Amino acid sequence: MIGFSDVPEISQYASAIDVKFIVLTALTGAMGILVFVLVIVFSIRYRRGSPASRAPLPRWMQRDVEIGWTVATLFTFLFVFWWMAGAQLSALAQPKTNFEIHIEAKQWMWKVEQPNGAREINAIHVPANTDVRLIMTSDDVIHSLFLPALRIKRDVLPGRYTYLWFKAQRPGTYNFMCTQFCGTDHARMIGHFVVMTPEDYARWSMAQPETDDLAREGARLFVSFGCSGCHAPGSRVHAPDLHGLYGRQIPLDGGGFVTADETYIRDCILLNKHIPAGYPPVMPHFQGVVNEEQVTSLLAYIRSLSAEQQGASR
Amino acid sequence: MSDSATILREPWPNIERQRYGAAFGIWIFLVTEMLFFGALFLNYAVNRSLHPEAFRIASHETDIVYGTANTLILLTSSLVMTLAERVAAANWRRLALTCLIVTASLGLAFLVVKGFEYSDDLSKGLLPGPNFALEPPSTQLFWGLYWIMTVVHAIHLTVGIGLVVWLSVLIARRVVPLGTTASEVISLYWHFVDVIWLTVYALIYLPGVA
Amino acid sequence: MTDTTLEFAPAAEPLEKNYLNEETTLWSWLTTTDHKRIGILYTLSITFFFFIGGLAIGVVRLELMTPHADIVSAEAYNRLFSLHGIIMVWFFLVPSIPTTLGNFLVPMMIGAHDVAFPRLNLLSWYLFMLGALFTLYVLIAGGVDTGWTFYTPLSTSYATGHVAAAAAGVFVAGFSTIATGVNFVATIHMLRAPGMTWFRLPLFVWSMYAVSLVMLLATPVLAMTLLLIFAERVFGMPVFDPAQGGDPLLFQHLFWFYSHPAVYIMILPAMGVVSEIFTCFARRRIFGYTFMVYALLAIAVVGFMVWGHHMFVAGQSALADLVFSFLSFIVAVPSAIKVFNWTATLYRGQISFEAPMLYAMGFLALFTLGGLTGLHLASVPLDIHLHDTYFVIAHFHFIMVGGTVSAFLGGIHYWWPKFTGRMYPESWARFAAITMSIGFITTFLPQYVMGYAGMPRRYQIYLPQFQIYHVISSVGAMILAVAYIMPLLYLGWSLLYGRRAGSNPWGATGLEWQTSSPPPKENFHGTPRVVEGPYVYHDAETASGSEQAAPRPQGAHR
Repeated sequence: MIGFSDVPEISQYASAIDVKFIVLTALTGAMGILVFVLVIVFSIRYRRGSPASRAPLPRWMQRDVEIGWTVATLFTFLFVFWWMAGAQLSALAQPKTNFEIHIEAKQWMWKVEQPNGAREINAIHVPANTDVRLIMTSDDVIHSLFLPALRIKRDVLPGRYTYLWFKAQRPGTYNFMCTQFCGTDHARMIGHFVVMTPEDYARWSMAQPETDDLAREGARLFVSFGCSGCHAPGSRVHAPDLHGLYGRQIPLDGGGFVTADETYIRDCILLNKHIPAGYPPVMPHFQGVVNEEQVTSLLAYIRSLSAEQQGASR
Repeated sequence: MSDSATILREPWPNIERQRYGAAFGIWIFLVTEMLFFGALFLNYAVNRSLHPEAFRIASHETDIVYGTANTLILLTSSLVMTLAERVAAANWRRLALTCLIVTASLGLAFLVVKGFEYSDDLSKGLLPGPNFALEPPSTQLFWGLYWIMTVVHAIHLTVGIGLVVWLSVLIARRVVPLGTTASEVISLYWHFVDVIWLTVYALIYLPGVA
Repeated sequence: MTDTTLEFAPAAEPLEKNYLNEETTLWSWLTTTDHKRIGILYTLSITFFFFIGGLAIGVVRLELMTPHADIVSAEAYNRLFSLHGIIMVWFFLVPSIPTTLGNFLVPMMIGAHDVAFPRLNLLSWYLFMLGALFTLYVLIAGGVDTGWTFYTPLSTSYATGHVAAAAAGVFVAGFSTIATGVNFVATIHMLRAPGMTWFRLPLFVWSMYAVSLVMLLATPVLAMTLLLIFAERVFGMPVFDPAQGGDPLLFQHLFWFYSHPAVYIMILPAMGVVSEIFTCFARRRIFGYTFMVYALLAIAVVGFMVWGHHMFVAGQSALADLVFSFLSFIVAVPSAIKVFNWTATLYRGQISFEAPMLYAMGFLALFTLGGLTGLHLASVPLDIHLHDTYFVIAHFHFIMVGGTVSAFLGGIHYWWPKFTGRMYPESWARFAAITMSIGFITTFLPQYVMGYAGMPRRYQIYLPQFQIYHVISSVGAMILAVAYIMPLLYLGWSLLYGRRAGSNPWGATGLEWQTSSPPPKENFHGTPRVVEGPYVYHDAETASGSEQAAPRPQGAHR
């Protein structure tokens, strides 16, 4: 498949997947051909009335042959599993990157927010040779973001965040699309994935209309929704301080721990789901008050609080 | 349980095997029923572990009095059902019929109590939807499962009552003799519905008083 | 094989009373409890649904000839492929072999007069028809646009079609599946003829036993899942609604807990059918009978533990991905063993190539191609790229259509003389079998390629570079349509004009061939007595030594 004009592979990861695909196809192809050749040879040699010998098989043969190919198949398959699982595990490590793009899927479009706050619809611009992390959520049904050129996809779920990360290497314009059936115009949920040289990207990004970046927008919302009334450091209400919250292990009221990731914080805002140990459950929930985009901004602000602290402690 | 109690049907070679086959069949069916409810209980388990706080708040609103009363009623009905079986084996016709009728009546009593409970729940605004009374939103998950579990169980119980009444009518009119295969099958089903209720009771009512 | 001796019936034999001419009124058919007649009722019903589902996808394939929307609107397109999926899965593939060949043959193969609960069997047909016709009405009159998978929250809150009604229809049909499963398990446990021990059962009966277990354990979970969808959509009960904190992934877990085993409901019976055909036309005992039995059971059991491989990109944990990937590789092993055993059965056989054998060989080739690409999809990194593309479509059509439908048609041809007492026209049938394989490969091989190239499934409009593959695929679909219509015509013709078949035209072993064709209402005159294992096609001393095949004294049963 390498060099297949419709499937450019534009990252090291994609090339590695292609190699795996080709090797596995060759392996399974060999197994298939083995079966087909045997069937054809037997069909000709042992056609009814042919002179070939039908002498009885020795008794031991049946069992030994059977055990032989069972074990051989088992080990072949286990080997393939081991090989693929190794690749899966190494792909799990998320790169440390501050280049985060927020994606909100809704019937039937992709809303994209660049790290500097620039917004685009049905297009994702990224700089080449940079680790990029996509933080994705859905406004309505389940969608799935598919980047064929990078050989990756991930479902985009309502009510939680999923992530994709990659490092695209070859500049160019490719496609991305929705692969989880999402209703009438599912087939139109398709956009351009543009990889630019870092210089071009910087130029493009400067040319976008000026907007606040997400964290600053979030800081404004933090005050206007009244969050700061309790969560600001000087507040008299007994509410958790949000500095350094993101990414930490939080002890829960009912026992147990949870990692304060995007989904956790989102659930706290909208559903008031988890009560951290040592705090009274007094926070109101904001379901239907705060919309997806505002949650995204608030998240960016809360994350920035942790980044500040890390910076300060260093 | 005499052999003459049942008509031999195709394709069975003899009565004994036919009776054994019917019991075997209903046991297989009950296995499928367990998986049917199992999917529902799994749903409860997952949501409770995701929303422990909401489930704690929500389960406080269930009424343990109704729940316990219904548990007692249903357990008694199962006892009477078993009595009916035993008495039929001894060929005491009138007593067996009485037991069956008591069983069906206890089943009906359960539904009546359930009806009172439902009307209480409705007046307290515990039907999930825009006017739901509790906070936070995920308490609705508990009450959604409450309604689905109890309604599905009540449908099963209604079927059971129908079967018991049908059986007692047939016996009273001497269409079928005492201790038929059908009565064994129906009693197994009845006990099963009872066991399901015990699980529902533990999941719905008991957490509220814990 | 039995002591009701092998009588080759004279040509005038069909004048005898048999299950077909015993009573001929429509009423007698609608109230029959005879498993053979119920098998025929099911055959007619699912054939009807097969062609409805085929018609829907015919329009879809025509639409896909160009990258733009030409014939139908986006909404109509979505409804067409949803109709195709729902009808084909629940009203053709799941019931296909079990309710037709299975109903007809299981009691005959084990030497029983009927299934354990004949009235329940009839009830299952009525439940099936009720559910199926209602669903069909809903799909045509109202339409459902969720695909056959009913993913939440699309199905519960956003879809415009009549999801709840369709779910109710499938729910009802589910009980017909459960009734069939109960019947088969009880029949196989309780009604085997004297001497028919477990390890003398033909593999077809074993496959029916395995498939019944899967039906019994999986279908109730689907029923509850559909009920929850119904409760959420109609009564507003929040079950999977993320706005109330519900978990839409929980739906996928429950759904695939049924729907992956459902794949085995479709393929296990096909494996049983081709085992019968290969042995008969190779005149050979099945190679490794015991291994074949345990492979069937292993597939049925492990098949319950692999559902998560449908969710590698859905956001389940990496650990879950790993475990499900591992189990998916494991479940491929028994399937591979079966393929090798069928191949080895041909070794030193006396092979002839009548139409059933051609279908069985088509099955072997297509199932192998479909099964091997399953390894790609079981690999997490590859599946992340291939998931929800045409690669997946090609994979499961190779298994379910290339595999199951080939085996179904092979079985229909193989047992046609037994069903009807008539032979089908052989050269037409061979032509149809070969056309089917060619048409199938033309349709679905290009889909592997465009799937890897990134063509997502369920797309009405697509990028122009994929057009060439879609055109080839659509042309293949036309060939396939011809190959499916042909049997309908010549089998219909043979009902009236076919040569009369004797009781055993293939010289096959197996109890079903030891009685007249068509069989009498009670299957056997007297109770057959079994003294040896299945597939005694060559002399005992050449029978490469399967312990189970060795004759046992009479009356060893029970």
